[in-house]
Amino acid sequence: MSRRFSWFNATSLTLGFVFLYLPITILVIYSFNSSKLVTVWAGFSTKWYGVLFRDQAYLDAAVITLKVALVSSTLATILGTMAAWVLVRAGRFRGRTLFSGMIYAPLVVPDVITGLSLLLLFIALGLNRGIGTIILAHATFSMCYVSVVVSSRLVSFDQSLEEAALDLGCSPFDAFRSVTLPIIAPAVVSGWLLSFTLSLDDLVISTFASGPSATTLPMKIYSQVRLGLNPEINALSTILISLVTIGVIASSLISKRASVRRQRQEQQALAQS
Amino acid sequence: MTRPDPSPTTVFAPWDDPDEPPLIRFDNVTKRFGDFTAISGLTLDIYAREFFALLGPSGCGKTTLMRMLAGFETPSEGVISLGGQDIGPVPPNKRPVNMMFQSYALFPHLSVADNIAFGLKRSGNMTRQQISARVDEMLELVQLGKFGKRKPHQISGGQRQRVALARALAKAPKLLLLDEPLAALDKKLRAETQFELMDIQEKLGTTFVIVTHDQEEAMTVASRVAVMDHGRLVQVATPERIYEFPNSRYVADFIGEVNLLDGAVLRKTKAGLTISWAEGQPPIAAQGPEDLQKGANCTFAIRPEKITISSDKPEGCANALSGRVLDIGYLGNISTYHVELANGQVIKAQMANNRRLSRRAFSWDDEVWLSFTDSAGVVLTA
Ligand SMILES: Nc1ncnc2c1ncn2[C@@H]1O[C@H](COP(=O)(O)OP(=O)(O)OP(=O)(O)O)[C@@H](O)[C@H]1O
Ligand SMILES: [Mg+2]
Repeated sequence: MSRRFSWFNATSLTLGFVFLYLPITILVIYSFNSSKLVTVWAGFSTKWYGVLFRDQAYLDAAVITLKVALVSSTLATILGTMAAWVLVRAGRFRGRTLFSGMIYAPLVVPDVITGLSLLLLFIALGLNRGIGTIILAHATFSMCYVSVVVSSRLVSFDQSLEEAALDLGCSPFDAFRSVTLPIIAPAVVSGWLLSFTLSLDDLVISTFASGPSATTLPMKIYSQVRLGLNPEINALSTILISLVTIGVIASSLISKRASVRRQRQEQQALAQS
Repeated sequence: MTRPDPSPTTVFAPWDDPDEPPLIRFDNVTKRFGDFTAISGLTLDIYAREFFALLGPSGCGKTTLMRMLAGFETPSEGVISLGGQDIGPVPPNKRPVNMMFQSYALFPHLSVADNIAFGLKRSGNMTRQQISARVDEMLELVQLGKFGKRKPHQISGGQRQRVALARALAKAPKLLLLDEPLAALDKKLRAETQFELMDIQEKLGTTFVIVTHDQEEAMTVASRVAVMDHGRLVQVATPERIYEFPNSRYVADFIGEVNLLDGAVLRKTKAGLTISWAEGQPPIAAQGPEDLQKGANCTFAIRPEKITISSDKPEGCANALSGRVLDIGYLGNISTYHVELANGQVIKAQMANNRRLSRRAFSWDDEVWLSFTDSAGVVLTA
């Protein structure tokens, strides 16, 4: 296939990428600006990163963000994997379509609605809003992503492997733990990374779910920006962007590599038999 | 294993003994998938220490039958009992049954040795040393001693099949279900493994239910053979009886080679039946069922090797037909002659090749006589 790369294609591609990445690039560049004025370039410097790391308020927010991301993504991974397993394995049960629709619905529900409904729920339950409620809220929305990733792997999973495990004396849970889970592990891990990054950069839902005691980094940035831009925020945003980028790339690499390896194994198996 | 040696004079035939309780009993079992009936009204007894072979065309329900025994499918109707107890409510992991899957179902993330050890580790009463000794023993058995550390995708199809077999055998269960266990093996290894299986059964007293597409295999290893068609049992009998006395055209045609001649009863005497079957051909003298009436339609079935070929009309033989050699199929130890009769019917006859090819008695287009005794074939009504 040697199709010529026409000038039209090249232009649209460039425009698209500029549109997508120009703001982020500018932000990253200005995070290395030595001037205090955000819009005036005065030479390269990493001093704002230093300032950032000495600012206790930002550090606190960072710790909270990481805690929330770790716990909520783990919770979401467990719940999402279980939901995916039930949806793919349990065969046809009454209300299955409804159930699977309901799991995927939060993917398209606006964050504001999700946040608001969670807020109402927390108030109704009389929960003290803080880090706990943020964790619950994040687990709720990222669980759908995990179950999408995991169920797409489970669909191609040979069910006779689970049957073989049962046949050899495993309880259903043991069969899941010692056969299914190790085989679908790449999908589970990439689901976890995905929900970790989703939790890192969420603002809207965190705002609804948090109380005065807990501020995450995106919330902190948002409130700072309303008081005026400062270069520290550029530095912080750059760090966040890097983390999220690494997470997303790792997640897709893991699932890609796993599926390539699986295909290769299947091809080898076919070639040999 | 301490098992009273059966004295060599008693034949192993528990199915003929009305006092012998069966190990497995299918009682009017039906299995439906949606509105498709995979097994319909099947009743069957399988006895302890049997080597029971299921034979039938693809899609006739053999795997479904096995899966119900292993506990992966529940019968839509009817009861399956094991050792006198209804096993309907028993989950697969609690059944004293192991199954070798048609797709092998090896665990891709575990090595060959760990695949074999998988069930042993879960039986809970073996030490680490015992398990690894048992794994080595199984690896030896299936001649994969050097492959223990490999992953399933690093070995060949036939080797994978042997690993699956070893894994199912490792726990030495009461009942072993083998779904086409030897299909991917070459002839020599298959013969050795068949022998091993029979040996294992002798030693452990395991009951085998085996699915096979290979009739020869069923004939060699099985104590009884069940021929299935569309979810029903057509005939269940010992290999010899299935081969010599098929109960229907279907079974006669399915097992081995056969000539089927459709006709009707012309005369019935004490000595046997006379069957008219084609214009201008002499009627066939045969032994047949008592209840067959004169004029009834029937099919005369005769195996090729029961027919003798000669160049002159044989004296004093019950049946003799004349024809012309149409084709000769050379199979090494035997040759199959396709002989066309005057009415166009082609009959297969087999002869052992006890001479070299160059000295073969008959050749293409030779006029020959086919002869057989009146007890060489069977008369079928179904
Ligand atoms: N889960 C299922 N849902 C619907 N139909 C099924 C299911 N399992 C089996 N069948 C059908 O039941 C019939 C019997 O299938 P089974 O697997 O028992 O055949 P088999 O005798 O083992 O064939 P083969 O020799 O090809 O392995 C087939 O027509 C198959 O399509
Ligand atoms: Mg099958």
